[in-house]
Amino acid sequence: MADRFPDYHVLAKRDTASWNAQTGAVVDARLAKDPPEGVLSDRQRQTLARVIDRIVPQPEHRPPVNTLALVMGKIAANGSDGFRHHQLPETRRAWERGLDAVDAEACVRHGSGFAFLSDDQADAVLCAVEKGEVEAPEWQDLPAGLFWSWRLIPDIVSAYYAHPSAWSAMGFGGPASPRGYVRLQANRRDPWEAAERDDQAPSPAEARNHHAE
Amino acid sequence: MPSEPEQQLRAGGGRAPDVFTPGGWVPMREYGEAEEVDFAIVGTGAGGGTLACRLAEAGFSVVAFDAGAYWRPLEDFASDETEQQKLYWTDRRIVDGSHPLKMGSNNSGKSVGGSTVHFAMVSLRFRPEHFKARSKLGYGVDWPVDWREMWRYYDEVEDALKIAGPVSYPWGPKRGRYPYRAHPMNAAANYLAKGADALGIDWTETPLATLSAPRGKAHPCVYRGFCVTGCSTNAKQSVLVTWLPRALKAGAEIRDLAMVGRIETKNGRATGVHYLRAGAWRFQKAKNVIVAGYAIETPRLLLMSANSEFPDGLANSSGLLGRNLMVQLNQAAWGQVADEVRSYKGPPSLAISEHWNYEDRGKDYFGGWSYMSQGPLPITWAKSLAGGRGLWGQALIDEMARNNHSVGLKMVGEVLPYEHNRVTLSDETDQYGLPVPRITFSLGENEQAMIAHATDFMDRSLEAAGAAERWKEMDDTCHLGGTARMGDDPATSVVDPDCRSWDIPNLWVCDGSVFPTVGGVNPSLTIQALACRLADRVKALC
Ligand SMILES: Cc1cc2nc3c(=O)[nH]c(=O)nc-3n(C[C@H](O)[C@H](O)[C@H](O)COP(=O)(O)OP(=O)(O)OC[C@H]3O[C@@H](n4cnc5c(N)ncnc54)[C@H](O)[C@@H]3O)c2cc1C
Ligand code: SF4
Repeated sequence: MADRFPDYHVLAKRDTASWNAQTGAVVDARLAKDPPEGVLSDRQRQTLARVIDRIVPQPEHRPPVNTLALVMGKIAANGSDGFRHHQLPETRRAWERGLDAVDAEACVRHGSGFAFLSDDQADAVLCAVEKGEVEAPEWQDLPAGLFWSWRLIPDIVSAYYAHPSAWSAMGFGGPASPRGYVRLQANRRDPWEAAERDDQAPSPAEARNHHAE
Repeated sequence: MPSEPEQQLRAGGGRAPDVFTPGGWVPMREYGEAEEVDFAIVGTGAGGGTLACRLAEAGFSVVAFDAGAYWRPLEDFASDETEQQKLYWTDRRIVDGSHPLKMGSNNSGKSVGGSTVHFAMVSLRFRPEHFKARSKLGYGVDWPVDWREMWRYYDEVEDALKIAGPVSYPWGPKRGRYPYRAHPMNAAANYLAKGADALGIDWTETPLATLSAPRGKAHPCVYRGFCVTGCSTNAKQSVLVTWLPRALKAGAEIRDLAMVGRIETKNGRATGVHYLRAGAWRFQKAKNVIVAGYAIETPRLLLMSANSEFPDGLANSSGLLGRNLMVQLNQAAWGQVADEVRSYKGPPSLAISEHWNYEDRGKDYFGGWSYMSQGPLPITWAKSLAGGRGLWGQALIDEMARNNHSVGLKMVGEVLPYEHNRVTLSDETDQYGLPVPRITFSLGENEQAMIAHATDFMDRSLEAAGAAERWKEMDDTCHLGGTARMGDDPATSVVDPDCRSWDIPNLWVCDGSVFPTVGGVNPSLTIQALACRLADRVKALC
């Protein structure tokens, strides 16, 4: 789909009154993150990368989101969200076992590892996991539907939407402190907010999005 | 990586952080551990922080403990959903039951100031009849307090927080003017109003604990919309920036990064608290202990404190400690409109209808609910779409790109107390070496009927306001209560009408866990009102 917010870049506001120093620092650190070493096997990592591709495709015409690095960071830290479904193991174990099971499911259904499936085949495997209609024995101690809705989806989606490229693509104003917003009514926009593509508008959104300071 | 305030004690050496000044300090009185202070308070949130202030101002010696960090919002808070997870209680907890609860960001804070540091600021009074749900409305249990007494304490809290609210409130007995004028409505709030008007019910601007005019060193709200990730401008009137500075001034000591693991008793009385701070277990002597850790940590601490005198946990002669856990229903209806709404601007909820808290006709269930306009941030919204609508892949990305045209209404609905919904201790341990709590929760038929009615009604309201492509988010809860219920009868409650445990005369509970029922409004104003009331009762009793 065509970009709804052409030339709008949340990051262009990094050095304006919309971003305090703390925000700049945490977002910089996030953008610089590479996948950590010493966590997940190569095979698990390939599977995860492919799962991420299918769940949250990269934005077009924007810097790519480093979702893999962020999710792997959480796995490496065995990060807790403050709750664990009693039928699932902790973050790291859940991911290790879940990725093995996704891979095994691909083998059962399509005779090859998940990372090597076509888009359609990969999506069919993911649909099966989502619905809990799985065949591989690796799921025996890991309910597929729960792994999907309590681990896979929230972790991947949270990582992707922590990135400025994803914020820009949805026309989100992004970080806002100390400067917030003035115009709160419908169809009103502060100059530092995203203009949406509108073929009826007198000037194209691209032009209006250049005043993002 | 934990940030500096999460690793290094800030309160101590005669000073505590000045929350209004980057790098600033204010003086703090300190007490020796062998000194028997009048009150040791566990938790500094809506209950504990308010109480610490009121007791210190009454001249008592007070030490308040919090497992969380002592933030200076101006210097420590980013505008970022991920970074600000540092405000949540993310220690290990196990959830089960037929509707296992999602904890963490949703309902539990770990900060000096408690969950109010990242709460959404909605500041409502209970409907008077909801304090007597059993005798007036035929369900749940009665509170052992009178609504008129609560009304006086609501006045006090609303003034202490300078609540910004409407000129006249459409529901319930007359109340005075809110101290500060209401905030302007954003487009999302206007959609609530439009739908309510079309359906012929009342709505109003949401009374909020964020400033609509300057107050001391705090500036008014700038409508940045990151409220539930912590307010970096100090407009939000959290416990951290309201009651606690007052508490320090009045001579209370606050200990940050101090996790209380056990309350000691001797000859049937509490003698003090064992707590872990700076890597060592310590003991503070106290004449009275007040537990204010919220509805999971309060029963957990009392259960963990079991000893030979009280083998089933402290304050548990009724067997009800940890039981009757309640949340509130937080289901939503969403839709798409042609207008650019951009609901990320401003506090998430700027308009509300309490119609179904006050109207009992036309319901096939007990209890009440309110509903509010919404403004989810990107991660929260993406999780709603992915979880609630099953969107992923390009479908998710495309729907996210239409977020500026989404509008939604979210309920805060009453869950009834059931003994089988409860907090127990598991045999796993957390980073402190303490048993991890297990939280068991299932919705009942009454809740399912309320959800059906509320989501239908909110959906109709959106339809009447012109929203298309509507859908219902059926799986969300918020707020906690009930696990150390107050009551008139020691057989059916954990604490007495003064929030004092029936079993141990110098052990008290002051937080959301004393709620016998939760009503259909957000709880924090009521928790703070109860804390003020408790402080006055203590003055009379101690
Ligand atoms: C995202 C979100 C939005 C919310 N929005 C609203 C709203 O708009 N309006 C509203 O009224 N309410 C809202 N709430 C709920 C409100 O914040 C809580 O109901 C209220 O803060 C609870 O008060 P409390 O004193 O019981 O506990 P808390 O405020 O949670 O305080 C408990 C404190 O105790 C500490 N603690 C616990 N155990 C120990 C221990 N053993 N040792 C040391 N310290 C301990 C914790 O670290 C915590 O700081 C919201 C909550 C959340 C999470
Ligand atoms: S909208 Fe207002 S209260 Fe919320 S974070 Fe911003 S300044 Fe604070």
